[in-house]
Amino acid sequence: MRKAQGSWEKRILKSLNSMCTELNIPLAQKRPANEQKELLNKWNEMGTDEPDLSLFRPVYAPKDFLEVLMNLRNPNYENGEQPSFRNHLGLIQVPLKVKDIPELKEGFSELGLNIGQLGIDDSAQVPPEFFENEHVRVGQKVLAEQDSAAAQQYVRQGCPTALRADLWALILNISNQPEDILYYEQLKSNVIQHNLLVDSLIYKDVKLTASNDDYYFVFEDYLYQVLLCFSRDTSVLEHFAYSSATPPKSYIQGKLGMEEYAVYYPPNGVIPFHGFSMYVAPLCFLYHEPSKLYQIFREMYVRFFFRLHSISSHPSGIVSLCLLFETLLQTHLPQLFYHLREIGAQPLRISFKWMVRAFSGYLATDQLLLLWDRILGYNSLEILAVLAAAVFAFRAVNLMEVTSLAAAEAVLADLSTLKVMPLLQIFLFATVT
Amino acid sequence: MPWEVQEIVFRNFYTAFLSVRVQRPGPGGSRRWMTCLRDLCLMPCPHTEEGSQDYFCLHRHQMLCDVDQVTAMRFILRQPSPVWLHFTIEDLQIFPPGQKSPQKDFPSWLSQLTPPEQPASLHGELPDPEKVSTEVQQMWVLTEVIRARQAAARIGRFDVDGCYDINLLSYT
Repeated sequence: MRKAQGSWEKRILKSLNSMCTELNIPLAQKRPANEQKELLNKWNEMGTDEPDLSLFRPVYAPKDFLEVLMNLRNPNYENGEQPSFRNHLGLIQVPLKVKDIPELKEGFSELGLNIGQLGIDDSAQVPPEFFENEHVRVGQKVLAEQDSAAAQQYVRQGCPTALRADLWALILNISNQPEDILYYEQLKSNVIQHNLLVDSLIYKDVKLTASNDDYYFVFEDYLYQVLLCFSRDTSVLEHFAYSSATPPKSYIQGKLGMEEYAVYYPPNGVIPFHGFSMYVAPLCFLYHEPSKLYQIFREMYVRFFFRLHSISSHPSGIVSLCLLFETLLQTHLPQLFYHLREIGAQPLRISFKWMVRAFSGYLATDQLLLLWDRILGYNSLEILAVLAAAVFAFRAVNLMEVTSLAAAEAVLADLSTLKVMPLLQIFLFATVT
Repeated sequence: MPWEVQEIVFRNFYTAFLSVRVQRPGPGGSRRWMTCLRDLCLMPCPHTEEGSQDYFCLHRHQMLCDVDQVTAMRFILRQPSPVWLHFTIEDLQIFPPGQKSPQKDFPSWLSQLTPPEQPASLHGELPDPEKVSTEVQQMWVLTEVIRARQAAARIGRFDVDGCYDINLLSYT
C-alpha cells in the first residue's frame, strides 16, 4: 500500500512540475512589497479578485484517484484473470477486512430504531417533549461541564443547531486562545509575504466548486482566508507521522540535494485537489471568526479528511471505505449490484466522489452537518460508506430500470432532498437480510 | 546444547495460524516433542489482510508447557485460505532469559544517592526566615511562569533564512 501511495505521490509531483514548467511560473516566490500591500488591503474580499486562471488545471480530480485505487493489487494475492471467488466483483481488489451489517449495527448502536435522533425525532410531526427538549438540555449540561468525552458520546444522536459549534469545538479541543489567534495572524503574514503556485490552484478550486454552489458561494472569501493560511501551516506536517503519505520536498534556489536548502512544498505538505475547498465550506455555517474556523478545519483535516485522499489500509481510509460500500451493496442488494455491473455502471464509480468529499456539496447543509456530527461522535468515516450504500438502496427501484452509466448517474445526480438519518437507520436496522 | 526460551519475536507474512512444538526432556528422562503453542490465530479472518504483516511477540508464560532445556523447535504454519500465493514468518528471533532488553541510560541524577543533609552553618548572622521564605516563593512563582510561557508550539518557519523561492519539486 505504501508503494502505491509513493507512486501516486510521484505522479502528482510530476503533474505539478509540468504545470510549473509549461506556465513558466515558479512554485514559490516572495511577493514584491506593493503586491503585499495590495493583498493585505483586500484580505477580506479576495473573492472579488478575478485573476486569469484559465491556464491552471487541478492537479488531480477524484476520478483519477479512483483509477489508481482500482489498480491496487497485492502481489501475494491470487489475482487470476479467470473470474473466480478470489476476484472481487466490485472495483476494489484489495482484500481488506471490512465490517458487515451485524458488526456495523453494534458499532453504530446509538442510531438504532428505539433511540432518539436529531434528524428524525425533531421533525415537525414529533412533539418536542418526546426527545428534542431533553436532548437539548443534556447538550447544554455537557457544554457547561466542558466534558469532551461526553460531548463525543452525545453528538452520536445529533447536535442541536444552536449548540453545534461549541460541541464540535469541545470534541476537537479547540479553544481559540490568544496564542491561536496570534498563530493565525502569523500564517496570514506568511501568505502576504510569499506567493505560491498552490494559491492559484486553491483559487481555481474555490471558483470551480464552492462559488458555484447555491449554499456556499457566500463564504467564498472565508474559504480563501482559511485555505491560503492552511497551505502555510507547518504544524500540519505532524500528521504525516500517522499518515501513509509523505509531504513533497524541494530545494530552494535550485540547490538540489543539499539538505540545508531542503524545504517542504507547500509548507504544510498537502497539495489540494479538485474539490478540496468543499472540506471547509460547510464549517463556514458554524464558525464566523476566521481563526476559529481555521483551527476547526485544520483539526478536522488532520483527524479525518486526510484519510480520504491517501492510500492506506486503515479502516477509515478511502480504500476500506470503498470496499465497505461495495461489500454492503453486494451483500444486501445483490440484484441491483449485478444489474449495475452488467450495464457497465459499477456503483463505486458513482459513489466515490461522494465519499472523497465526505458528501460535502451533495447533501443539503443541515443534513450534511448531521452526518458530520456522527463522524465526530464515532471518530470514524465508515458512516460515509454506509450512507452511500443506503442511498443506492433508497433509489434501487429507479436504478433497476436504467440501462447505462449515464442514466444511473442521472438517477443519483441530485441528493439534496435526501434525509440522511432515516436512510441510515433503515439501511442498518430495518432492512430484511 | 539445550537452551531456555524467554521470548519469540517474528514478523508475520500471511500466516493464519501458528503452532510451535519443542523437543525437551519429558518425564522419564527421554526427549519428547511437546506442543507449547497450539493454533495461535495471527489472522482473525484468513481471507482478508488483517494481521497479515503484523509483528508478534510470544512470551514463555503464554505457552502451554515449560520451555527450558529445549533442544529443537518446530514452527507449524497454517493458512487455510487459498487466495494467498505464499505464506511464511519472517525475522524470527528467539531470546533466552537473562538477556537484558536495551534500556535507556538512567539520568545520572537518578542513580546518585542523595547526599546526607549538612546542617546549616550557624556562623554569621542568621537570615530572617520570613524574608527568605517570601523570596523563595517569589522565585518559584517566576520559574513556574517562565516554564508555562515556553511555547511548545513550533515557530512555524518554512523558509530558509527568509528565502522560499522554489522552482521544481524533488522526486526523491
